Amino acid sequence: MRVLVVEDDAVLLNGLQVGLGLAGFTVEAVATCADASAALDTSVFDAIVLDLMLPDGSGLDVLAALRRRQSRVPVLLLTARDSVPDRIAGLDAGADDYLGKPFDLDEVGARLRAMVRRSGGHAAATLQWRDIVLDPASMGATRGGQPVRLSRREFSILRALIDRPGQILSRSQLEERLYGWQEEIESNAIEVHIHNLRAKLGPGIVETVRGVGYRMAEAGL
Amino acid sequence: MRSIRARLFTILLVTTGIVWLSAIAWIYLSTKAEVERVLDARLTEAARMVSSLITSQEIAIRKAGGVPAMVAVPHVSYDRQLSCQIWGFDGTLVGRSESAPGQPLTAAKSGFSETTIDGETWRVYAVANPELGIRVLVGDNLYVRDRLVADVIRGLAFPALLILPVLAALLWLSVGKGLAPLAAIASALGVRRASDLSALPDNDSPSEIKPVIRSLNGLFARVSTARERERDFTAFAAHELRTPIAGLKTQAQIALGSNDEAIRNNALRQITVGVDRTARLVRQLTDLTNAESGELDDDAGHVDVGRTLQALADDIGQHHRDAASFSISAELARLELGVNPSLFMVGVRNLLENAVLHSPPDKPVRCDLRRDQGFEAITIDDCGPGIPEDELPKVCSRFFRGRNQTAAGSGLGLAIANLAAERMGARLYLENRAEGGLRAELRFKKTVRNGKAAQGNEIRPI
Repeated sequence: MRVLVVEDDAVLLNGLQVGLGLAGFTVEAVATCADASAALDTSVFDAIVLDLMLPDGSGLDVLAALRRRQSRVPVLLLTARDSVPDRIAGLDAGADDYLGKPFDLDEVGARLRAMVRRSGGHAAATLQWRDIVLDPASMGATRGGQPVRLSRREFSILRALIDRPGQILSRSQLEERLYGWQEEIESNAIEVHIHNLRAKLGPGIVETVRGVGYRMAEAGL
Repeated sequence: MRSIRARLFTILLVTTGIVWLSAIAWIYLSTKAEVERVLDARLTEAARMVSSLITSQEIAIRKAGGVPAMVAVPHVSYDRQLSCQIWGFDGTLVGRSESAPGQPLTAAKSGFSETTIDGETWRVYAVANPELGIRVLVGDNLYVRDRLVADVIRGLAFPALLILPVLAALLWLSVGKGLAPLAAIASALGVRRASDLSALPDNDSPSEIKPVIRSLNGLFARVSTARERERDFTAFAAHELRTPIAGLKTQAQIALGSNDEAIRNNALRQITVGVDRTARLVRQLTDLTNAESGELDDDAGHVDVGRTLQALADDIGQHHRDAASFSISAELARLELGVNPSLFMVGVRNLLENAVLHSPPDKPVRCDLRRDQGFEAITIDDCGPGIPEDELPKVCSRFFRGRNQTAAGSGLGLAIANLAAERMGARLYLENRAEGGLRAELRFKKTVRNGKAAQGNEIRPI
């Protein structure tokens, strides 16, 4: 899951980047409204974590601009101002959730997963495809009730594919979901992860569409 | 005297008493004069009457002498007032009234005279009757006259004395009534809660109380403004502290939850940075409150600029080991200023700290002296990114953090420096240098050196 974090405090920004990264999110971290707008213009995110008081303006302005563009991406506001009127103003400006500082890192992760789940039209906390069940909170996977040990990246790829069964995801789409801007992408990393997934889950699960990308296998194959 | 009521009461009572006493004294004098005039006239009349009675032979003068026997009249207060003697020119007592003494009432031949006989003073009128060769003396006992005047005065004073306690009671009550508005204010203020700073109503209060009420209301307004500002500031400061605390908590959770040594070490490093920054923020908040609330002594002091700057530079160097160094010019090091040392240190410290935090570590921050018409200025030049021109007017507001902020910036440093400058009677100017970096200039009026801080310095944030 790609998450944009907008926060001007360097220590907190680093904490969110590392902490959410460990929880299985792919995190883009920016510190200003301008950078946030630029990031939103150029890539797609599954969720945004937004601080309200930024050096070059209010996070609410970024949020308002986002909603003007009819973007439905879920936004979690993180702010030191968490009085009831502040919360109401934030939610009415188009935010999906509101968290006062200081917060619990795990709670941020949980709220992000819940927001993404709802925006994808799911209510259940787990994702299921045939007999494979994914739990984004623990990054655990089972097949036929048997736990399968997946790495963070393998889990992310599987999750991206299961999210939209039948849809083909290109290698670059998968790379974007897996890596932040700052991260170096190894040239054949996706192939290696897909290979490992097939080895762990067995054949006939992840299908290669030659020259296009990958998808979950069609039913009956 | 502590109580206005007792004071007013005493003043009123004493002045009333004085008025009464003078009135009585006046009445005494005028009564006495009038009594004398009337009785003298009567004396004259009586003497002439006796003389004329003898002349008209209505009363036979018994040449044989001997005092006519007169019936004793019961003694009442104003009898025996008049005594009459008829003497022959030859010195024989022809006749006398019952109360008259044996010896002559006066030695004077005619007219008024006063004589003391047997300890009693007499006022005597003598009239000579040459036809019969007699002299009529009519005397008035002065004691009786004095008693008459004293009775009049007593008759006036006695009711006055009786009335006095009633008057005193009335005065006491009226003064109390007159002071009721004060008591009303006192009780209104007495039952107020400490948080109630609303104005007292002053439309129906007496004109003497109005100034007091207005002053009180003015004070209330000032106190509540100050309180509101304090409350805003506390709320703002609390918000401001929550972000670094959130950062610390997040990093601590990462350090606790991760087995990867690199990640844990990074989190711990971030925690150190966060703690430093939070500590600085707390110190700056304290500085700001102190500089604002006037806890720093306002009296002009004495600052050895060279030594102070060096001490501050050393201290900042200890807190920011990898940061840029300072170079202080010899001319500046010799400067001495007559300003408050605490304000000076608070202000300059924040400027110096800002300069090193924004400067690359290999470019020293230059502190120099600039003299110009009417002022001398401490200039602090850094080689940092400067401040975008559109942000210059805003940088001195509290918690403003510009685009070129540093990780340690709290948005308070320049606000503190500006406030401290104002309080010292100095002015802070910020400008981007042509060769890059920021110049912070602290201008002191020349008069500042000679004792008292210059008054009337126009103080405005840049």
